[in-house]
Amino acid sequence: MSTTLLSRPSNESKPAEKKRSKLGFRLSILTCVFLFFAILLRGIATLPLDTSSLTPFQNWLNSVSDWIGNNRTSNPIFTFFINIIRDSINSFVTGIQYVISQPIGNNSAPLIGWFGIVVLLSFVAYAVANIRIAILVASGLVALGLLGFWQESMDTLALTLAAVVLALIVGIPLGICAGLFPRFEKLITPLLDFAQVMPTFVYLTPVTLFFLIGPASATIVTLVYALPPALRITAVALHEVPWSSVEAAISMGSTRMQALRKVQLPQAKRTIVVGINQTIMAALSMVTIAALIDAPGLGKVVIRALESLDIGSSFQAGLGIVILAVVLDRTTTAAASKVDAEMTLAISHKRHRQILIAGGVLSFVAIIFSRIFTWAGNFPGTGFIGSDIAKYTDNATNWFQAHFVNYTDGITNAVSYGLINPLQSILTNSPWFVTGIAFVGLGIIFGGKKLGIISSVCVLGIVGTGLWSDTMATLASTLVAAILTVAIGIIFGVWIGRSKRADRIIRPILDAGQVLPAFVYLVPFLGLFGATRFTAILAAIVYAAPASIKLMADGIAGVPATITEAGIAAGSSKWQMIIKVQLPSARRALALSTNQGIIYVLAMVVVGGLVGAGGLGYLVVAGFAQISLTGKGLAAGLAIVLLGIMLDRITQAIAARSTLQGNK
Amino acid sequence: MLDSQAPMISVRNMWKVFGANPEQIIGNPDADLTRQELRAKTGNTIAVRDVSFDVAPGEVFVVMGLSGSGKSTLVRCMTRLIEPTRGELRFEGEDILQVDEKRLRELRKTRFSMVFQHFGLLPHRKVIDNVAYSLEINGVGKSERHSRANEVIELVGLQGYGQAYPEQLSGGMQQRVGLARALAVDPQVLFLDEPFSALDPLIRRDMQAEVIRLHHQLGKTMVFITHDLAEAVKLGDRIAIMRDGAVVQIGTPEELVAKPADDYVANFVRDFPKSQVLTLRWIARPPAIGEDMNGPILPPTITVNNATRQIVESNLPIRVMENGNLLGVVTSQDVLNVISGSEL
Amino acid sequence: MELKTRRFRRGTALLLAVSAMTFAFPAALPAQAAAKCGTVNLADNAWVGYEADLAVVSYVLKNSLGCKVVVKNLSEEVSWQGFPTGQVDAILENWGHADLATKYITQQKAAVDLGSTGNNGIIGWYVVPWMVAKYPDITNWKNLNKYASLFKTSESGSQGAFLDGDPSYVTNDAAIVKNLKLNYKVIFTGSEAALITSYRAAQAQKKPAIGYFYEPQWFLAEVPLVHIKLPAWTQGCDADPKTVACDYPPYPLNKVASAKFMNSGSPAATVIKNFKWTNADQNSVAKSLAVGKMKDDAAAKIWVTAHPAIVKQWLGN
Ligand SMILES: Nc1ncnc2c1ncn2[C@@H]1O[C@H](COP(=O)(O)OP(=O)(O)OP(=O)(O)O)[C@@H](O)[C@H]1O
Ligand SMILES: [Mg+2]
Repeated sequence: MSTTLLSRPSNESKPAEKKRSKLGFRLSILTCVFLFFAILLRGIATLPLDTSSLTPFQNWLNSVSDWIGNNRTSNPIFTFFINIIRDSINSFVTGIQYVISQPIGNNSAPLIGWFGIVVLLSFVAYAVANIRIAILVASGLVALGLLGFWQESMDTLALTLAAVVLALIVGIPLGICAGLFPRFEKLITPLLDFAQVMPTFVYLTPVTLFFLIGPASATIVTLVYALPPALRITAVALHEVPWSSVEAAISMGSTRMQALRKVQLPQAKRTIVVGINQTIMAALSMVTIAALIDAPGLGKVVIRALESLDIGSSFQAGLGIVILAVVLDRTTTAAASKVDAEMTLAISHKRHRQILIAGGVLSFVAIIFSRIFTWAGNFPGTGFIGSDIAKYTDNATNWFQAHFVNYTDGITNAVSYGLINPLQSILTNSPWFVTGIAFVGLGIIFGGKKLGIISSVCVLGIVGTGLWSDTMATLASTLVAAILTVAIGIIFGVWIGRSKRADRIIRPILDAGQVLPAFVYLVPFLGLFGATRFTAILAAIVYAAPASIKLMADGIAGVPATITEAGIAAGSSKWQMIIKVQLPSARRALALSTNQGIIYVLAMVVVGGLVGAGGLGYLVVAGFAQISLTGKGLAAGLAIVLLGIMLDRITQAIAARSTLQGNK
Repeated sequence: MLDSQAPMISVRNMWKVFGANPEQIIGNPDADLTRQELRAKTGNTIAVRDVSFDVAPGEVFVVMGLSGSGKSTLVRCMTRLIEPTRGELRFEGEDILQVDEKRLRELRKTRFSMVFQHFGLLPHRKVIDNVAYSLEINGVGKSERHSRANEVIELVGLQGYGQAYPEQLSGGMQQRVGLARALAVDPQVLFLDEPFSALDPLIRRDMQAEVIRLHHQLGKTMVFITHDLAEAVKLGDRIAIMRDGAVVQIGTPEELVAKPADDYVANFVRDFPKSQVLTLRWIARPPAIGEDMNGPILPPTITVNNATRQIVESNLPIRVMENGNLLGVVTSQDVLNVISGSEL
Repeated sequence: MELKTRRFRRGTALLLAVSAMTFAFPAALPAQAAAKCGTVNLADNAWVGYEADLAVVSYVLKNSLGCKVVVKNLSEEVSWQGFPTGQVDAILENWGHADLATKYITQQKAAVDLGSTGNNGIIGWYVVPWMVAKYPDITNWKNLNKYASLFKTSESGSQGAFLDGDPSYVTNDAAIVKNLKLNYKVIFTGSEAALITSYRAAQAQKKPAIGYFYEPQWFLAEVPLVHIKLPAWTQGCDADPKTVACDYPPYPLNKVASAKFMNSGSPAATVIKNFKWTNADQNSVAKSLAVGKMKDDAAAKIWVTAHPAIVKQWLGN
């Protein structure tokens, strides 16, 4: 991206402009043709399927799952291999639990009591980050105790740590391989997509079939979701290392290993730490779902509170998860920027070392304390502020519901009749081949022949799952949610991107939106908007908008100063500046935030199924709950993955295009 | 001087084709398409096309050409940072394309080093550790490699910056770090890919002087890429001009200016003050009938610039003589033609 | 570089020392009383009625027998999976699940049916009470079409919205609607929470709501949904899921335990086998939990103290 955006020398921008208008032309042709045939042939070949009916493929999936269930105990190789994995993960997790959360033997406190943990973790935070973060960690941890969830929080932390450590042990070396060998990366990418987009509900039951009920299953479920970011970001980190420095190292006679160790990894370190951060966040987002198969910790409290629609308690526990997330996120983020700082600033090592030793001694004393004194072992009291928070939350939601319920119907109806219904009616009534060809066409327009092939494979795959009609219903809601998400992303992203102060205030709220378990806000939403697709869309937006906003804000803030300066110099007003300079320059960020918006919205399809959205999400949930629908749930999960991959690739192609154009 | 010895480096029929199935392009009619046509048709790019030349020990061999003509690719092929698609490459007679990884690393560690167009510094290492990198992987102890690194850092005029990180330096300073790094192992052959493009004119002149010194005092062999004809003429014993991957002409600066092989080369050298490189040999012409043959005598090896004064001051045509043979005559009109560029 | 490694090494040494000392240090914290009856693994399915059973049974096991009770939060199907592996000893309130019963009780012989909990499950169609007051004849299915337009929502198009519930149950609702020619569309609310919230909001705002529900359920104490009469259930009327046009059968709720556990001779097995109480009993404990927001043990204690004779029966003495 360069200043040509402003001063457009005619000879350079003409081809780009021509290309863009050609693209617009093709897109409008495609839309018209699609609408024409969709309406002309409506009702033909829409492939509907009753909720309780099964296709042969789905029956076959059922029998596969049955077969696994019946043979798990009888097949010795199976049991041998899996038992080893299970036992080692189990002892790993319980080991951590005994250190930080569960009483061991005849004691009433774990190996390290709360006081020891607070001091030790604050010290670690200081060592990897700075004193501000250390204070944040200390106060966050104490807050968990005050909420009345010390042990639950530590259980959650133990499980998260176990999953993250395993994800890193597996993910970083594989990520390095992917970074070094493009072919391996190509091979592994669809698997990672699969692991990230496949709804967890789908494999919750099979995992317990293999690994039985217990920490191992919970850890593996979390691992499946947390591993991809670790692997991907490590690969990206290696890609980011300028090839020129690797080449220089090789030209001086380094072996491949030396180049990796001395040149690539040190430079990739910062991004890898960012990957660790993402891994931790991903693991934390699985806390509530893993609780469905008995994962210990805060998730259980949330699920339990949901049974009696106890908004207060579920919020109380959700807050615990948010605090844990903020503490871990800020620590790893600060650690990442410290990696940067260490590179350029010569920190006074000697003083630093003295402080580290002092801190170590202090932690040690605190740990001893926590083993001698009861007050330092078990968090005193039963949570001083927890029940108050629950009570205030209840009051606030009641007030809100009482006052807003008169407007909510209007909103629900406006969005439903105005957006969702028309879109859903077009998509579900159009013949599958018309919509399918439209998708392939989109793929070809944006990504050429290759993307066309990917799209057609996805379309045929979805048809193969037997759930085309449900997929189209889900797609309609997904699109509406994505549109709203992107709109919110642009509005807030521009605002935050332009104002540091807004950024500082809004960001924590965005973080909370991303990690607060959806279960916590589903009940109030249900109260306001009923069991409707709109409620599902709303839940999806709460989860997806933060990512969209952040990407957009980073894009706006990242518009090079030369461009904004030129804009100011040209005398642009604030709005001209936003519309004519900043938004066009952040085109790639816009495309990326759309891409991420859609992926995040898709991640909430299952949650949507829990609040009345129907479609694939409901089928996945039903498959988890009913043995006879397991195969259908699996098929629905598969359809979500295929839809996800297709939408992801198309939006990524759009993003890549806007980069290219931007560079012209 | 050039023909008498066995070459240090010899390149024969070297090709580098980027894209899928590179082998199939060579010898195919497709190879004769223009770059754009080939790219559109097969997606391949011929970056180096059937290049052959020798570099003598102690020679400074300059490669020139427009952007994208394949200079960087050629020099990367010569150090096997890129595997050539086809061809032969010998270094002191050793077939480099056949040696194994280990021997290749040994050669890279000790015999040749490279300065990169885009610096290729290691951003996470201080200047001194950048310069000492190759010594480090050679297993040289820390204090020893640091003292050696400090020497070369001083040599390139960066004393006092050893503890800085590359991004704290200006572009020109970074390029000098690259140069220092290449010099640290005391290599026999230096490959320099536009090493001075990022430097300001003053430092550039100093660095050029440094290269000349290295060349003369230490007898280093160099393959030097540049865009700048003045630099090429100043440093180069011979210059190769590349166009779309192929070498269109190799010769001394004088030969190129005097006898450009085609319009491309002519274009290249057009703006260059020819009088600086052309010797009288090139402008001497057979005497016209009735021309006065009693003018002063000058040798053919003197450049026009250096001879201008005498030629202009003499009323009679100058006779250019070598070993007692008359090569031709030169008048002030001929000199004027050279300087104004209408000649040749 | 060098400096950093050294710092790192020193840090590691320190950490090692800390952990070594920690392990060596004698724990001075008080120990809990040792258990006699051993450990009992009880599945915890996610509804409050079950929670009430669990609260009371665990309370008795812990306080009368000194058992260590491990509660496992699991979905119903996963709970059954725990029988053959020995990870679940008992399910305290099982709703039907003939397929699972066949698999684990009849085929694998990993589980045993321990008989009724004394609670009777009713599954059926319900409507919010304010509507019954206003339209008294709505409780008969034959009049439902008359009111269909009242139930229209953004989700149901031109038909009335019929709320279907928690996906854990195989419902016949879509077939019933179709076979009784009712002008309704089944909307999958997707979870119990969604279902209850819908009814609660409808009652509070006097909006129409009709759908699937079941008892015993604590929510009925808050909003007494009214059961709609469908054509009565007769043996076999629901045999073919495609042609069902009748009400749901009554569900006697039962307890299931793993065969291994029952043969272990644990006194806890006896208690679970004898456990039996009424719908009113369960509702009272469930209400303490859900509405009174009491902890399990506190709620159980109130009921146990009030009903010593029943508990005595369970204990078998
Ligand atoms: N890795 C690569 N893959 C594909 N094509 C390449 C690759 N590297 C270079 N090329 C192509 O080969 C041609 C020669 O590139 P090269 O970098 O050698 O040019 P150059 O003469 O060094 O140009 P400059 O003066 O701009 O440095 C260019 O057309 C370039 O696009
Ligand atoms: Mg180059």
